[in-house]
Amino acid sequence: MRSRGRGLGYAVAVVALLTFFLGPFVWQVLTSLWPDDQLGRALPRSLTVGAYASVLGGRPFVRWIANSLAVAAATTALCLLIGTAAGFALAKLEFRGRRLLLGAALAISMFPPIATVSPLYLALRAVGLRDQLAGLVPPYATFALPMTLWILSSFFRQLPDELYQAARVDGCTPLLAFRKVLLPLAAPGLFTTAILVFIFSWNEFLYALTFLSSPEKRTVPVALSLLAGEHKEPWPEIAAASVVATLPLVALTILFQRRIVSGLTAGAVKG
Amino acid sequence: MARLSLEGVRKVYRSGVVAVHEVTLEVADGEFVAIVGPSGCGKSTTLALIAGLEQPTSGHIRIDGQPVEDRSPRERDIAMVFQSYALYPHMNVRRNLAFPLEVAGLAREVIAERVRETAALLGLEGLYERRPRELSGGQRQRVALGRALVRRPKVFLFDEPLSNLDAALRTEMRGEIKKLHERLAATFIYVTHDQAEAMTLSDRVVVMHEGKVQQVAPPREVYEAPANRFVAGFFGTPRINLVPPSTLGIERADGLEVGVRPEQVAIGRGGPPESALAAQVYLVEPTGAETWVTVALGQARLTARAPSDFVPRSGEAVWIQVDARHLHWFDAGTGRRVSAPPSP
Repeated sequence: MRSRGRGLGYAVAVVALLTFFLGPFVWQVLTSLWPDDQLGRALPRSLTVGAYASVLGGRPFVRWIANSLAVAAATTALCLLIGTAAGFALAKLEFRGRRLLLGAALAISMFPPIATVSPLYLALRAVGLRDQLAGLVPPYATFALPMTLWILSSFFRQLPDELYQAARVDGCTPLLAFRKVLLPLAAPGLFTTAILVFIFSWNEFLYALTFLSSPEKRTVPVALSLLAGEHKEPWPEIAAASVVATLPLVALTILFQRRIVSGLTAGAVKG
Repeated sequence: MARLSLEGVRKVYRSGVVAVHEVTLEVADGEFVAIVGPSGCGKSTTLALIAGLEQPTSGHIRIDGQPVEDRSPRERDIAMVFQSYALYPHMNVRRNLAFPLEVAGLAREVIAERVRETAALLGLEGLYERRPRELSGGQRQRVALGRALVRRPKVFLFDEPLSNLDAALRTEMRGEIKKLHERLAATFIYVTHDQAEAMTLSDRVVVMHEGKVQQVAPPREVYEAPANRFVAGFFGTPRINLVPPSTLGIERADGLEVGVRPEQVAIGRGGPPESALAAQVYLVEPTGAETWVTVALGQARLTARAPSDFVPRSGEAVWIQVDARHLHWFDAGTGRRVSAPPSP
């Protein structure tokens, strides 16, 4: 009887947690399927995918998603490229100012983005990247790199020094030892970092809103916020657009879930 | 074919810690040299300097007469076995063994042949497809050895390779390493904190303490004529007895300390022979093959190795006797070995 009671408590807890985390998303999905004229009703007479058709058909929504994908992917690639090399150096090579560098990186990530909008705007205009999707990548990478550095350098630090030394004695140059031995072992860390940077870039709103003006260059968060009409809030369409905008992230996370889990728990158990 | 020489090699870390003071050492081709000392004595740093994993602050390292200080590890033609084995966890046994050869850019057939040879030598044939985590400690140790062997390097470096194994396996692998050295006739530098490993394996022992070389000599000489008090105390189980000479009834030996190995202390019950000293049993430790008996002699304690059937009780009165020829004399201040004072 006791174990059954415990099982019941466990089930209740699981349901409560799922409701807390998934509730808003389910609400969103339901709203997106609700016919517009029945929003006031507790239960609709029918469900419709009209909102999806309207979002994907009537507006360049696919284009916006592609914009977001491109910016997020470029930012992630840039961050990983710099972050793996720098994280390895910070963790395994001896040079002056290691701690200072990590500290400085942390300090940079503490800048409130809003305070940097004006200077960044001027800077991007000066180099001709205003209203360019490519213009978003450097600021995004700047804000995502500190996190990348911290995660990756701690990942590389967990790898025993002797592995690096063994690779060196076995004939590797530092770069080859990094590529052949340390990098494959840090793969879970790379996946974890990649997902986090990707999500950050995907969700970024402030810079995307400020630096891009052409409607066809909008990223998803900006497009969502501007979906509202002048006289009427098209709730089902906003909900449908939000669902569509979330799907790539969900797909990506599920795809790499196994890797990420092992990444988040790596180092917890020695082995 | 490789001679190794270290000349005035010094390593000072950026923190200011002097890890190695002026080590000078000549290792002949095919010699097995053990570097031994307590943890923190600089032995592992010395090995890292030879491997090229650390740069000496000053001094010269030569392999076959060629200075190698400015060469990276890959240009030194050395192989190293690490304490943690440092097998690549993401590669199976075959790829671990092949890795140094692949990096060197050898032809695939040559690599396959060498890997096969090495695996056969170490009994690893059945394990090709296993990952390191699927191997036992002894098997990992063999793969680590194999990864060093496939290269056929000029010099083999071992950094405490057996200290992660349990006692039985350690003794077995110790024997295998010695046979391997006989077969390869290559130059081996072997770092250990275990005096028994150093004694049983090597042609010559380098004893280090606090970054300084204390003595370089064949194992027997290190044991029978230790250069100083530290070396005397480091080798031998149980430890050498170091006492003021007066404890043994020797006068006119001011400023000296005397050492006597436990196996050179005769101990017995009943009527004492001439020149024996009366003592009281303090501690009895039967080890199976023999009994270690520690006696109180005034304020001092002295341990003797007695036959296993000699099992006195604590507090029992016994006699002990030491032969003056087996005494080691040390300067009480510097700890250096000195000749025996003239007998009265």
